[in-house]
Order: sequence, then C-alpha cells, then structure tokens
Amino acid sequence: MDTVMEGEALEMADETTSSPTEQHAGSNGYEVVHSKSPVFYDIYERKSELKHQTHYCPGCGHGVAHKLIAEAIEDLGLQDKTIFVSPVGCSVFAYYYFDVGNVQVAHGRAPAAATGLKRACPEKLVLAYQGDGDLAAIGTAEIIHAANRGEKITVFFVNNAIYGMTGGQMAPTTLVGQKSTTSPWGRRPANEGFPLHMSELLSTLEAPVYIERVALSDNKNIMRARRAIRKALENQRDNLGFSFVEILSPCPTIWGKDPVDARRWVAEQMIPSFPLNVFRDRKLELPPDSAPPQRPVSEVLEIRKEGVRGLSAPHPHGFEQLAIKLAGFGGQGVLLLGQLLAEMGMREGLEVSWLPSYGPEMRSGSAHCHVCLSTQRIGSPLVSRPQVLVAMSEIALRKFAPQVAPEGLILYSGDKLPEDLALPTANVISVPASRIADKLGSAKATNIVMLGAMLAETNCLTRESALKVLEAKVKDCALLEIDRLALAAGWEFVNHQAYAGAVAQADGFAY
Amino acid sequence: MRRLCKGNVAVIKGAILAGCRAFYGYPITPASEITEAAALYLPQVGGTFLQAESEVAAINMVYGAAAAGVRVMSASSGPGLSLMQEGISYLAGAELPCVIVDVMRGGPGLGNIAPEQSDYFATVKGGGHGNYRNFVLAPASVQEMAELTMLAFELADKYRNPAIVLADGFVGQMMESLDLEFREAIVPEKPWSVKGTPETRQNLVSSIYLEPDDLEQHQRRMEAKYIRAQQSETLFEQYETDDAELLLVGFGIVSRVLRSAVEQARKQGWKVGLFRPITLWPYPSKELASIVAGAESVLVVELSNGQMLEDVQLAVGSNKPVAFYGRVGGNVPSVEEILEQIEKQMSVRV
Repeated sequence: MDTVMEGEALEMADETTSSPTEQHAGSNGYEVVHSKSPVFYDIYERKSELKHQTHYCPGCGHGVAHKLIAEAIEDLGLQDKTIFVSPVGCSVFAYYYFDVGNVQVAHGRAPAAATGLKRACPEKLVLAYQGDGDLAAIGTAEIIHAANRGEKITVFFVNNAIYGMTGGQMAPTTLVGQKSTTSPWGRRPANEGFPLHMSELLSTLEAPVYIERVALSDNKNIMRARRAIRKALENQRDNLGFSFVEILSPCPTIWGKDPVDARRWVAEQMIPSFPLNVFRDRKLELPPDSAPPQRPVSEVLEIRKEGVRGLSAPHPHGFEQLAIKLAGFGGQGVLLLGQLLAEMGMREGLEVSWLPSYGPEMRSGSAHCHVCLSTQRIGSPLVSRPQVLVAMSEIALRKFAPQVAPEGLILYSGDKLPEDLALPTANVISVPASRIADKLGSAKATNIVMLGAMLAETNCLTRESALKVLEAKVKDCALLEIDRLALAAGWEFVNHQAYAGAVAQADGFAY
Repeated sequence: MRRLCKGNVAVIKGAILAGCRAFYGYPITPASEITEAAALYLPQVGGTFLQAESEVAAINMVYGAAAAGVRVMSASSGPGLSLMQEGISYLAGAELPCVIVDVMRGGPGLGNIAPEQSDYFATVKGGGHGNYRNFVLAPASVQEMAELTMLAFELADKYRNPAIVLADGFVGQMMESLDLEFREAIVPEKPWSVKGTPETRQNLVSSIYLEPDDLEQHQRRMEAKYIRAQQSETLFEQYETDDAELLLVGFGIVSRVLRSAVEQARKQGWKVGLFRPITLWPYPSKELASIVAGAESVLVVELSNGQMLEDVQLAVGSNKPVAFYGRVGGNVPSVEEILEQIEKQMSVRV
C-alpha cells in the first residue's frame, strides 16, 4: 500500500518532539517530510508512560481528521482564536492533542454547548467534533436545531458506522447487515431501521451554508477532506454561517480488520451507502433583521429614580390589612382589576400583593385573584377569608361567597342576587355593572364600574389614585374616557341608587 | 423606586442588574414569564437570549456560555429541571458557575401547574449523577426573587458552582412591589475560562478525570469548597422565636402562610415562632439547632410529603419532637388550616 497510515502518521510525527519539523534525505533522492502542526501539543500526556503515542488505535481515522483540522487552523492563523468542543466517544480526549482553548461536553450536546460559546464569543472560531453515536443518536435534536438556527459554528462529524469507545455497539449509521455487539445478526432494518444520513437530512434545512461528505479511504479522498475541512473553517472565519463536514472514517479495531482492509471497507461498503457529495455550498440570504435598539439598563428595567412615588399626603386607609378576592370568567378583566387595586395601594404607600389563578384557561375559563392591602409586611398572600369579594359571575359568587368573612362585603356584578342564595352574614351589593358599561360604550369597562362601586362602598383607596393608575395603564384614549365614566358610574350607583341587602356605612370602611 | 412586578419578571430584573447577559430557556408553566422577560429585556442591553429546542439543549448552551466566562442562566419548572439534571451534573463537575431558577409545580410526571415544593430533594440533595452540591436559595417574595437571583450569581462565581433559585408557582406568579436600585454589576475576572484568546488558549473546561486518584483529588477539592460554603453562606429568617414554645419551620410561600399564622396564634396567646431557611443548601442547621434549643417542639410545614423535614430532623436531633404537616397536589394550606395544626401541637404538648 502506497499511502501512509494516517492514524500512525500522527504517531510518527510525535517522535519528532525536539523539533516540529525534520527533513530526512531519502535514499532515492526524495525528501520525506515528517511534520507536526504547532496546533498540536508536542507531547501527548494522555498517559504518562506513553507520552509519544496517541490514544487512538493504529489505522484509526481520528488521527487523520485531527491532523487535517490542526493544519487548517495553523494555515488560517487562528490557533489563538479557536475553541474546540470535544464530545463523548473516542475523540473525548481531543484536548490532549489540540493546543487551543478546549471545552469537553456531555454526550451529544456539543452543538448546544458550541452555541453558548459562539454567542458568548462571536468573533472566535468555535468548532464541534462529534462521532456518529454522539451526533446522530443521542444528539440528534441538538445538531438539527443548531443547523436550523444557522449557528455560525463548524461541526465535524466523524462517521465510522459503529460505537468505538464503548466497544462496538450499533450506531445510527451502522450499515444494513453490519454486525455489532448490539446487532449480533447484523443490522436488520425490520428491527433497527436504516442507517441515518445526516448530511442529506441537514440539507433539507434552509440555514446551513455548507454541507459536504468526505471519506478517509485513500489519498485522493483525504485531499478532498482536507479541502472541505478548510472551507468549513474559512466559512466561520468569514462569518458566513453553519458549516458541516461528515467524514467517513475507518475503525479497524472494532471492525476487526487490519488498517488496510479497514480503508478498503470505507471505500467499498460505506461510500455506496453514504455517497460523497457537496450537499450545500451557498451564501445565506437573510431577511432584514429587526434587532431592538440598545438602551441603558436602568431604562430597560424601569428602575429610574423618577419612578412611582406614594401620594404626598397618605390617605387614611382605616385598616391595617384588607384581604380582597376578585373572581369571574377569564376575559372579564378580573385579574386586571386586581392588579389595578394593587397598583393603587402601592401608590398610596401600602404593602400590596396580587396572586392570580393561573394556567391554560384563558378566555371563558374561571379566573380569580387574591389582593392584600396592608400597612404592614404581608404574610400570606392567599386570601382564604376575604373581607371583600368582587364576584363578576354567578358561578364565582356561589363558589366564593361562603368564604367571605363575617361582616364582610360582597360586590356582585349582576342585576340582583339569585333568589336561592342566602348570605346572612355579609353585606351584599348587586351592581348592574355590565349594563352600565354597555351604556357607556364598552362592555370591557364592566370591571371598572365594579372598581368605582367598591371604592364608593369601602373607601379603602381613593378615586384619585384609581384615575392615575388608569391613565398610566390604559393607552387607548377612547377606552380611557369610557373607563373614567365607568369609574364614576360605579361610584354614583353605590352612593345614590337603592340596592339590595346593605346600607352604606356612615363611618367609611369598617370591614 | 417601587414598582408592581411579577415574581418571575423580577428574576430577570435582578439577573440583569447582577450582570447576567445570557439566557437560554424553554417555556414551561409556571416559569414561562422568566423566559419571556429575558427575551424582552436581554437583547436591549447587549445580552443574548435564545429559546432552545429543549431544556437539555438549554442547559448545555448555559454550559458553553459559562465556559466562556459570561454570567448566564436558565429557568424552568419540575419537568424541565429533570431534563436539566444531566447538564447540572456536568456544570458542577466542570466547576462552571451559572444560575438556574426552578419555579416548582406539582409532580411527579406531568403532575399539574399549581405550586408544590417537591423539588427539594432534586435540587438540595443533588438530582444528577455524582458527588456534587448546588447552592439552593428559596425566595418568598417578589423582592427576593430579584435579590436572591443576584445573590445566586455571586455565590456561583465565588465558588464556581451552579446555584439554583428554588421558587414555587405562587411566588413566581404573584405581583408585589419591587424596589431595585441601579448599580453597575461587578463580574469577577475568570482566568480559567475559555474565550478564544491567547491568554485562555491553554485552558480546559472538562469534568473528566479518568485516573481514580485524579478524580478523587478533584472531588476532595470540591468537597472542601462545599465545607467552606456551609461555614459561611447560610441565610435564614426568624420571627417571634425568642419565647416560642412551638417553632414552625417552612420556606418559600409556606413561610408567608406560617408568618400570618404566627401573628394570629400570638393574638390567641400561643407562644409560636417561625424559622425560615433562605439557603436550603447550605442548610442553616446550626442556626436552627440553636434557635430550637429554647423551644419545646417543632412543626415543619411543606408543600410536599416531607422533604426538607429530613434536614430539620438532622438539625434538631432526637431530643425534641418534630411534627410534620404537608399539603401536595398544588394545595396551599390556609392560615386557618395552620392554626388548627398549631392548636393540635399545643394541646399534644399540654
């Protein structure tokens, strides 16, 4: 065989540790050049007793692939900028060889870790090096999504159709009929399916700029691999996008072949199943990006000094703690009403908490929230015995009215209470809030009518702060005007209309 | 100045103030607002936000960014936390600092989205494979969602270790006033990181130590830093403990209910106090032991079948009775319910 055994070539190069490059005059006039890229360490300290050997088997394709990558990094002058992400598998120890920044990651996750690295260091060269089990089995999701996002990284995918490090189990790329320790009768498509073609699969995505499959089967193909590896790294240097090189590679030890036969097997068995091809080589056309403008942190987080302040003359609230429950259907603005109360309380210098029911039910599901207003630090934000219940639906009324504290207040959004509902210990006010809101022009303002009614009845917070909060929250001018009227209408209703079951307390709030 | 803010949003405000500039996450109720706030805020302050394809990918993106030395975080709830456990083990093994927020929901399996505290074991006792610890901080308010996230970043960097903010659905979903002051974040130098520079070229981030002696040495070093943390990083809060005969112990949202219960119980003349651990790891065992010395018995309340209970029992020892009251499935006990339990304990004692 006239080709150099590349797995061994790396080892042979190791012997020249005193000087990276030595030339020997050959007997027939040719000069034999043993060189080692300075991107490799001089000594491999994988095991102290074997400093000059790699941990790879004789004839293994990793040695060649490493060498091609190291030389490309050297020639591109990117050694200082390179971050090499090594996987789980035989190449787990790539960091013993490559004198670059090294990050070793979990099985299959190299594209995700490389994503985090590249986005942290966008100017640097981030390359992931993965085997077939790593990339095409456990890491399938990570490689597909990194490729689909067009991460500006380079991925080298070494496909040897077998799990090497764990001792010869079936890989997703194991050929039909190929025996392994976990496919002892040969890979049976009826049981294990077919070999996974990652280059073809990734070629269905829009974002990748370069996808090529090469093979380490003979010198000609190794030279093609060399060009592909370079191109994939140059693409990243030039910030072009996601590049992927699949490298068909011999694994003589696990295949049970000598190095020469192993290479022949790549050529004769693997290439027909995994045809060599440039699947993708194009510039990526992106639509115009809509990245947000940069702003100072304090502005983005709204922690400017001129934030919300309490009222200059605090309202005499007349309570230490007020526990309110608001309930109804999703879409009625129940949660928003609670937030308005909390915001008002905060502006009036109180401690406040707002706790919603939450979950997948949005519109027409049930919705309720708990609001606590307090002059002291609030303990439980859960309102189990509300002093005030605002019920926006009959269902909510029936569900929560029994919880209301003795002498508590129930504000019910409805014309009148259901006749069969006896609530002897609570004060109950029915407010035809949705009819009032409808008349004002928007049923959306029903909750604000209830707010007005509640403020009139309890005097717990001021109309002034309600207006300020509405002005801050409601951006639509027409709707804001309706809300103003709704607030006033709810207030007026309670102060001037007859209502069932309760009399306004003369001394303000006493619940 | 004070602003009304949701607990989940406060996490990201605190994180950005702490200098966090990268977030990788995946949506899950009841933690999604953290991811949404990160998506909204981070790109405006020069940060990176990416919605990952899974929590598995998210935590490995965190791994990559942490290896490059940036302050980075993710957030999820129980099912997502389970998927992240592999990555958290690698982060701990490679001694990479990061912050993970777990807004706990009901489990096991899909469970439901209501609050539980049943990820205590999964975070405080480990969760992933191997000998490691996470810092675990338990906020009980919106303000603490921000402040403990900030502290988590500091601890993570100081000890080169993952830090988890363990919240629950209620603390994540509730709104309270948030008072944050702007100050420039101080992110320490990380000479061990891999940044693609000549200075960091020789650096290696890895969790592999193939030789038994090497791995043992690595673990001994980690152990030493964990002992250091146990000696100096515990945090707790006590309320009405001076003359307490019955000491209530609870964290997170439960501690809020217990505080209200103590207030009520005191009005009825019962001498009840509250011990609330803020750091769940390292657990304030010594502090609890010393406070419990004056009490006659202990009642632990959790939204679980009794997970933190084991740490309380270890701290208290066998001299004092330790009772337990737990609600699960997303039920949170009311103040009245706790008062009943207190009454029961007080009468048992009498």
